[in-house]
Amino acid sequence: MFDDLRDLYQEVILDHGKNPRNFGRPDAFNRQARGDNPMCGDKIAIYLTVGDDGTIQDLHFDGRGCAISQASASLMTEILRGKSMKEAEALFGYFHDMCTKDEDEQGDHGTLDEDATDKLAVLSGVREFPMRVKCATLAWHTMNAALHGEATTSTENASF
Amino acid sequence: MSDLLNPTLGNAPYDVMRVRQDFPILTRLVHEKKGRAGKPLVYLDNGASAQKPRTVIDAMSHLLENDYANVHRGVHFLSQRSTDLYEAVRDKVAKFLNAPSRENIVFTRNATEAFNLLANSWGGRFLKAGDAVIISWMEHHANIVPWQLLRDRIGITIKVVPVLDDGSLDMAAYEAMLTPEVRLVSIAHASNVLGTVNPAARIARLAHAKGILVAFDGSQAAVHQPVDVQAIDADFYVFTGHKLYGPTGIGVLYGRKELLDKMPPWQGGGDMISTVSFENTTYREAPYRFEAGTPAIVEGIGLGAAIDYVSALGMSAIQAHEQRLLAYATHKLSEIDGLRIIGTAPDKAAIISFTMDGIHPHDIGTLLDRGGVAVRVGRHCAEPLMDRFGVGATARASFGLYNTEAEVDALVEAVQACKAFFG
Repeated sequence: MFDDLRDLYQEVILDHGKNPRNFGRPDAFNRQARGDNPMCGDKIAIYLTVGDDGTIQDLHFDGRGCAISQASASLMTEILRGKSMKEAEALFGYFHDMCTKDEDEQGDHGTLDEDATDKLAVLSGVREFPMRVKCATLAWHTMNAALHGEATTSTENASF
Repeated sequence: MSDLLNPTLGNAPYDVMRVRQDFPILTRLVHEKKGRAGKPLVYLDNGASAQKPRTVIDAMSHLLENDYANVHRGVHFLSQRSTDLYEAVRDKVAKFLNAPSRENIVFTRNATEAFNLLANSWGGRFLKAGDAVIISWMEHHANIVPWQLLRDRIGITIKVVPVLDDGSLDMAAYEAMLTPEVRLVSIAHASNVLGTVNPAARIARLAHAKGILVAFDGSQAAVHQPVDVQAIDADFYVFTGHKLYGPTGIGVLYGRKELLDKMPPWQGGGDMISTVSFENTTYREAPYRFEAGTPAIVEGIGLGAAIDYVSALGMSAIQAHEQRLLAYATHKLSEIDGLRIIGTAPDKAAIISFTMDGIHPHDIGTLLDRGGVAVRVGRHCAEPLMDRFGVGATARASFGLYNTEAEVDALVEAVQACKAFFG
């Protein structure tokens, strides 16, 4: 019945959705932000440990949400560990474009870690589901807010 | 005009397949793509907005093609014609609610605007710091936020009637809340999430015994059952056109005339004035005093056609049909393991909110949609209620006069497939 939904819900997403990695509030962190998607009631918190050199040493998340939002958050925590703030921002830009724009319209985000972009590709299916883009990008917006010291963010305040 | 307006039809058995032919959109397929057959539309999002019968669509185009001009202004032929047609809708609405007169009917843009009118005009004039307004835990944001805005402006307090575990209003708590500082009870006639139909007449009787006014949000109730504002003794009653098979952009505030007459205007300009000079302006009588500017003329005509349509079918017949669907759907969905229905009050409108173990409502919504089944997922503009039941969101199937048992089966099949998918 849902064959074509496999593009959206790939096995990797279902797996991360059910068994999110780096889930829960860690004992130590030095930046955090909370994100809300008022449309669906999803809430997420991102906890970051950023080193003096601007490297993301550790990141966790908790909250509740759909399979897409949980998987996106889970994948993000895996991908960004050890990345610099600059790299994290570039990957956010890349990911945002991937979720919202056709391939030929996506911007240039510099040289990116190929392993990271390959992993993120499993979420590219949301492009065909505009109503679900916010689910995929909520964790990233919240991470970005945490990086820049904002305490809360909302998908309703973000531009898509 | 369709033969549905034949008044004898109200006595015939309810023929849902015949009714469906009146709604052009119900024949369309969704998710049709090259190489993939579309799915028949199973529209179960009537609580958010209902589809429109041909007679409503035709009434609006007919007006635009034949009779359109601004209302209450011109001396010319079309203005008079347009005004007559538009004002005739006020009579239809009055009859629909069994209001004593057309002067009880104020047109607004929607139910939300009606509550804002009530809070600003009645609340702004007659409430003062320390007064209280009672709402309930099951209110739509439209019946929460305007009172909070008023609270922030003048310092009223808001008291919230709790909801029991089955989704019924806690009437004992309600009664205890009717203390001297309470001036108004403003409560949903039926909940858009739980389906609960609240005992409006009893709510009003208890309030009136203490000299407290009552307002009802009929956005959901007025589409599922007959409403008689005099029988329930409502002081104010609100509903919206687009959930009643009419167009968007038109809603209604019913008010008792002696209350409306004392209420000041809340928006200025256009139709609401009597005389204007730069020193002073005098206002027209109610209901016109509350209708500033050019109204939603075309939409008003559409609402009139919608009322004609549901009245020809008969609200009691519609209610009986939907209650059969509700019972059937409740039974079928209850059999699904891991599915929890939120809201099981004894008296319910045809609305079923549910959650599924381990599957987020948003994912349910996307999967059901691929099966052609349109439901609402999320918080349904009733965030406090979600917190009350400990859920972030729900999926909601809300039934309308054109839904069938076969569509309930399609819903159940899609829910089963969704469960298997997320296994």
